[in-house]
Amino acid sequence: MKQKDIAALLDEPACAHNKKSKSGCAKPKPGATAGGCAFDGAQIALLPIADVAHVVHGSIACAGSSWDNRGTRSSGSRLFRIGMTTDLTEQDVIMGRGEKRLFHSIKQAIDKYKPAAVFVYNTCVPALIGDDVEAVCKAAESRWGTPVVPVDAAGFYGTKNLGNRIAGEAMVKYVCGGREPDPLPDAAKRLDHRIHDITLVGEYNIAGELWHVLPLLDELGLRVLCTLSGDARYREVQTMHRSKVNMMVCSKAMINVARKLQDTFGTPWFEGSFYGVRDVSQALRDFARLINDEDLARRTETLIAREEAKIDEALSPWRERLRGKRVLLYTGGVKSWSVIAALQDLGMEVVATGTKKSTEEDKARIRELMGEDAVMLEEGNPRALIDIVRERKVDVLIAGGRNMYTALKARIPFLDINQEREFGYAGYDGMVELARQLVLTIESPVWQQVREPAPWASRNPAGFNHSRGVGQ
Amino acid sequence: MTEIIKRNKALSVSPLKASQTIGAALAFLGFHRAIPMLHGSQGCTAFGKVFFVRHFREPIPLQTTAMDQVTTVMGSEESVVEGLKTIAGKNQPSLLGVPTTGLSETQGSDVRMAVKLFRQKYPEFDAIPVVPVSTPDYSGCLETGFAKAVEAIIQTIVPAAEDAGTRPGRRRRQVNILAGSSLTPGDLEELKELVEAFGLHPVVIPDLSDSLDGHLGEGDFSPLTIGGAPVSELLTLGDAIASLVIGASMNKAADLLQELTGVPDYRFDHLMGLAPVDRFINVLHQISAEPVPAKLERQRAQLQDAMLDTHFMLGMGRFALAGDPDLLQGFTHLLAGVGAETVAAVSPVNAPVLQHAAAEQVKIGDLEDLEKLAEVNGAELLIANSHGVESARRLGIPILRAGFPQYDALGGYQKTWIGYRGTRQTLFDLANIMLTLEKGEIHPYRSMLAQKPEYREVAHEPDETAAAGGLQH
Repeated sequence: MKQKDIAALLDEPACAHNKKSKSGCAKPKPGATAGGCAFDGAQIALLPIADVAHVVHGSIACAGSSWDNRGTRSSGSRLFRIGMTTDLTEQDVIMGRGEKRLFHSIKQAIDKYKPAAVFVYNTCVPALIGDDVEAVCKAAESRWGTPVVPVDAAGFYGTKNLGNRIAGEAMVKYVCGGREPDPLPDAAKRLDHRIHDITLVGEYNIAGELWHVLPLLDELGLRVLCTLSGDARYREVQTMHRSKVNMMVCSKAMINVARKLQDTFGTPWFEGSFYGVRDVSQALRDFARLINDEDLARRTETLIAREEAKIDEALSPWRERLRGKRVLLYTGGVKSWSVIAALQDLGMEVVATGTKKSTEEDKARIRELMGEDAVMLEEGNPRALIDIVRERKVDVLIAGGRNMYTALKARIPFLDINQEREFGYAGYDGMVELARQLVLTIESPVWQQVREPAPWASRNPAGFNHSRGVGQ
Repeated sequence: MTEIIKRNKALSVSPLKASQTIGAALAFLGFHRAIPMLHGSQGCTAFGKVFFVRHFREPIPLQTTAMDQVTTVMGSEESVVEGLKTIAGKNQPSLLGVPTTGLSETQGSDVRMAVKLFRQKYPEFDAIPVVPVSTPDYSGCLETGFAKAVEAIIQTIVPAAEDAGTRPGRRRRQVNILAGSSLTPGDLEELKELVEAFGLHPVVIPDLSDSLDGHLGEGDFSPLTIGGAPVSELLTLGDAIASLVIGASMNKAADLLQELTGVPDYRFDHLMGLAPVDRFINVLHQISAEPVPAKLERQRAQLQDAMLDTHFMLGMGRFALAGDPDLLQGFTHLLAGVGAETVAAVSPVNAPVLQHAAAEQVKIGDLEDLEKLAEVNGAELLIANSHGVESARRLGIPILRAGFPQYDALGGYQKTWIGYRGTRQTLFDLANIMLTLEKGEIHPYRSMLAQKPEYREVAHEPDETAAAGGLQH
């Protein structure tokens, strides 16, 4: 990929980071960098498309440590869970046989697995030796008649965030607009309300959480043409351009997709979240508002009233147990304000939140929710997180899986909020699961036991002051 | 001799291989207050970190030189210097490892020169050993990377006997152990106990049983490893009475160590099964000049008894194995020792030790190859890492998890395969799985002439499981 193209991807007019000099996509510092590369971001963004053969063109480190490594669920095809890589050898690199191997690999994937399409992810080594992945894909597609989509996402191009955008760009460039949506099924035609087509961009169906939301959308007559990319199929991505409204779910990662679809097809979009009662309701209202269908708006309000009453009752025993508990939230971007609202719904107090990936706009919303003296953490190194837990008498740390074992070593109750988690928190019903998981860790009897010194020892482990019995 | 069948397809499907780079990183994690910094793009490190975090369920100290477009094109030595300075200044580690990646190797990055530059520029960090190691991921696998890092550590840090004045046997009770990547922290604990049982002091290089054994430490956070072999011990290896080398992948490291120190070594391809453990115990008996403790005699007798008990279930059992060469080779012999057969064996790379595997063939390949072989040859049980779970599901046979990574089960890192006790437990585990197959079950025959009332209630259904030995998935 040319430097020019990368710069174009990084220059995202719809992203509030653009206006800041110190952007969230800052240059990584050797020896002090965490987080994935562009390939990581691209693969994560597209891997949930279930009926595609995802071929990683590169040496083994890229696919070898990462295939089948995500909480995303499919309601059908399992093809995406089969790792495929050209596994380049030294000979391939020296003799320049990468392109040839890739060409045959695509054939092998098509012959054996009959995928709806093949996605080819370019990685560092072939990018450096100059394999023309786009040309190979084109040749393979015309030879075998199966769509072959290049995703040029070598790790050294940049961060995971850039990779997300590269992935989105590839979908818009090569896949969207490939076919028209299926006609509505007969059953839907008999309904007394109109069906509207929508898409969800940046929803990954972690632990199947999309399935908490989908029944509600069905009931309202909102047909999800495609989610990019949770539980998606190739043929769904092809129809994204016909959507009436696009929702950017909980992440700015693929904001370029929403913007391009708006530029090209005039599709309006909004940014929303399915975490927390308030935000789910808001998202449903936003659909009705942008679609501008009075009947839909009315039915939406009825559904919201019903669901909110139902969930309020289901949550009340959990609220009793969580009221006043103090949370340190360390997660990126939009998720921070979205999850804050969800936690406040549960009666919890969010004492600090990470804002490393948040925009000024995100931060304004955080202040609105947490008050002016909200503690915002720009840099979330483990030491700093632990210190805040101690200082602010935090009851539970909510962060990505990467920080899980750091928290446990420091004997701090923990909830995983990122993509590797095994529980779905989206939708109204997801809130009950969130509450359950929070209570499970906060009230666990293990904390007391691991903080107490042995009978013969004189001091507490980990410098833990257990005069305040956290989690009791 | 075992026939080795080379890779013969373009695309690797359901890869078995983990990269050489993270193998090297793992070796560094077996030292106290150490941190590896992978020289490549930041993803190389992020993936490696997730890989080990999920396997060990521990925080994993791992850094990156974070190569980007500019450094990839213009040269990345400066990034190495900057990264080393940052970590050295912030965390004062006892050991800094710098494994290279496919990216930095393809670029032609000169890490040795970078380390030299670092030394010139920042003499205040002279006391911190920095070990570069060339581990591009387009060759080798986790096992070879681990071995290369151990070689590089020995080469860089262990002084030659004539320079340091070390003398084999000066420390009469010290035994060096070069431990290959096939040994789990649980295995290393067992190994240390065996050595200590003879009044000897083991120095394990690298010692994952002290750093990644999953213990809750006193402190609450460390950016470095919280255990492992002390780097200072490397200076004493030349005074040991003997070196024990476990895993054929460690042979080159052993050659280096012997060349430098002159300490005699004893090499073992693996320590699974009665005969290799007997040989190991006998060596300890000889170098310590102590009698074999009654406890070990007892464990040996227990293993023999277990072999008798389990041979009914394991004899003629048909096994499919997938793993790095040392582990694979060890398992073939363990199985052969109880009359079981390895009918499908796949290794991600070739290695000399595979020629001595107790299997007719070893295929160099991936889990797709393994599935094919296992199916054709009627394997009954699969031994593989967690990626093999899907393979086992598709094959309709049970799996025993071994090797890297094990992310869908807890405690894989603590499983003990070796020694009398470990072998005994492994045989029990395998035999118990075989029992679930109900191999001897004879499918009921329903005579059409019989007078049994329930025959009339349901129409006779054809039952395909009868032919497959009664197992249904």
